[in-house]
Amino acid sequence: MRRRGLPQGLRTSLLLAPALAVVLLLFGGGVVMGVLASFGYQPFLPGRELSLDAYRGLLDDVEVRRSLILTFRIALVSTLVSAVLAVGAALLLRGTRHGRRAALLVFQLNLPVPHLVGAAAMLLLLGQSGLVSRLLFAVGLVDAPSGAPILTNDAIGWAIMAEYVWKEVPFIGVVVLAALSGGVSDLEDAARSLGAGAWSRFRFVVLPHITPAVVSTSIIVFAFTFGSYEVPLLLGQPFPATLPVVAFQAYSDTDLTARPRAMAIAVVITFLVVLVVLAYTVLTERVLRPAERRRVAGT
Amino acid sequence: MRVVGLPLLLGGLVLPFLPLLLWAVAERYPYPALTPTVTSSRPLRLLADPASEVLTGLVNSVVIAVAVAVIAALIGLSAGRALGLHRFRGKRLVQFLLLAPVIVPGLAVTLGIQVFFIRYGLSDTRQGVVLVHLLSAVPYVALVMSSVYANLDLRLEDQARTLGAGPVQVFLRITLPAVAPGLAVAGLFAFLISWGEYVLTLLVGGGAVKTLPLLLYSYLGSTDTPVAAALGLALVVPPVLLLAVTSRLLSGEGAPLAGFGRT
Repeated sequence: MRRRGLPQGLRTSLLLAPALAVVLLLFGGGVVMGVLASFGYQPFLPGRELSLDAYRGLLDDVEVRRSLILTFRIALVSTLVSAVLAVGAALLLRGTRHGRRAALLVFQLNLPVPHLVGAAAMLLLLGQSGLVSRLLFAVGLVDAPSGAPILTNDAIGWAIMAEYVWKEVPFIGVVVLAALSGGVSDLEDAARSLGAGAWSRFRFVVLPHITPAVVSTSIIVFAFTFGSYEVPLLLGQPFPATLPVVAFQAYSDTDLTARPRAMAIAVVITFLVVLVVLAYTVLTERVLRPAERRRVAGT
Repeated sequence: MRVVGLPLLLGGLVLPFLPLLLWAVAERYPYPALTPTVTSSRPLRLLADPASEVLTGLVNSVVIAVAVAVIAALIGLSAGRALGLHRFRGKRLVQFLLLAPVIVPGLAVTLGIQVFFIRYGLSDTRQGVVLVHLLSAVPYVALVMSSVYANLDLRLEDQARTLGAGPVQVFLRITLPAVAPGLAVAGLFAFLISWGEYVLTLLVGGGAVKTLPLLLYSYLGSTDTPVAAALGLALVVPPVLLLAVTSRLLSGEGAPLAGFGRT
């Protein structure tokens, strides 16, 4: 193809320059400065000696260890539950004939709702004087707010997980629905005519077809739920809080010597998210490959 | 199973909106009443009251989100072309760099550069808030636009050039109309990413740039739950309307939908 004017390489560089400037300055700068600050470096202030003290402190810190476990558990459970429910929801919606458009509309209603609003809604729904508690009162199961089940600001993080699942089921669901619209029903018909039952059709035809969609969306969901701040801030207990909440608290501390600690937690969050995403990608590649071979062999 | 499953699923998704709606029209809503004992339009009226800070928050939120959407769209339009149409060395590296901010939590990264926002006078300003929102919005728009450009038929551009069209004419008459639906969706998601952002706004805006999410959080901490609920609805209605208008454009393509992971 003929191109006039600027040479191709320069053209490409110019086209990419603004986006790369944003990513390198804000993201790259943030990561590099975060790591340096976790060693004790402070820009624009008199220098301190660089050390690994902040990380050593984290290892000995019971609060951080408990936060890490809590954060990981909430993110993992929310992601798994969302993925399973989303696949079920997509299969339900796919087979719906009557009122399909209306059902899809309701299903997607909360997609553009900010997480902070979702958290506020969960507070008013699941709090001890919330709507659920009032409904339990109405049927005689609860006789005062203090007698209602503790679902917010609790040790398990029920309301936090409820908010994540509420928001992420439609997110994973619409992407799975899009994957299901791509010709998989013909394969299912073929499998049925060959005598495959409902479970084998799901296990060997539908599941391999939607796995890439489920994998890519659940990576995004895990990373988001691991690093989210406002949802656990509003719905979680103060101690132990999730890692992003602890990092922000340490960062906002008036005592500037807490800064390296805050930055070290931020670096740990970044590192763990990248690690989990990489491990998950490698793992699913391994699992996906045989499944895809089977699919090709089966068609 | 469908007879039970579908109502259960949709009911569960709608249920959390219910207390928000009930509280937004409540004057008195004591335990254990299921619905407000005294209703009032005060919480919703307050949204339009020029004397309240709610209107300032609404203006801030709209100005910032529109600026983020427009800037991210322009930057993404340009980067998307290079990624979608050109082959060059280091392309995978560029794609990786753009994907990283989509995965890594924004808070963890922004803590590291907050001092620079203070140093360069961007802290506590709308411009600073727009800049920090771009960190999440730009990579996303660039990735969506690269898949949009990858489906562009370049022969149309060549034909226009053969017929004597200049670069500007080719762009305005051929390229832009072809990528416009994808650009609109990407811009919408950039708007939504900014519209719902809380902690990055707090970190860079320092509480001086009050957007609707910041106001919602402070009302949730106060005793005025009805106003908090009304603010929640004010944050929900514009995005839902925008989505309804553009749902035609969301043809079930996977890439644009990924934006919901960040909103």
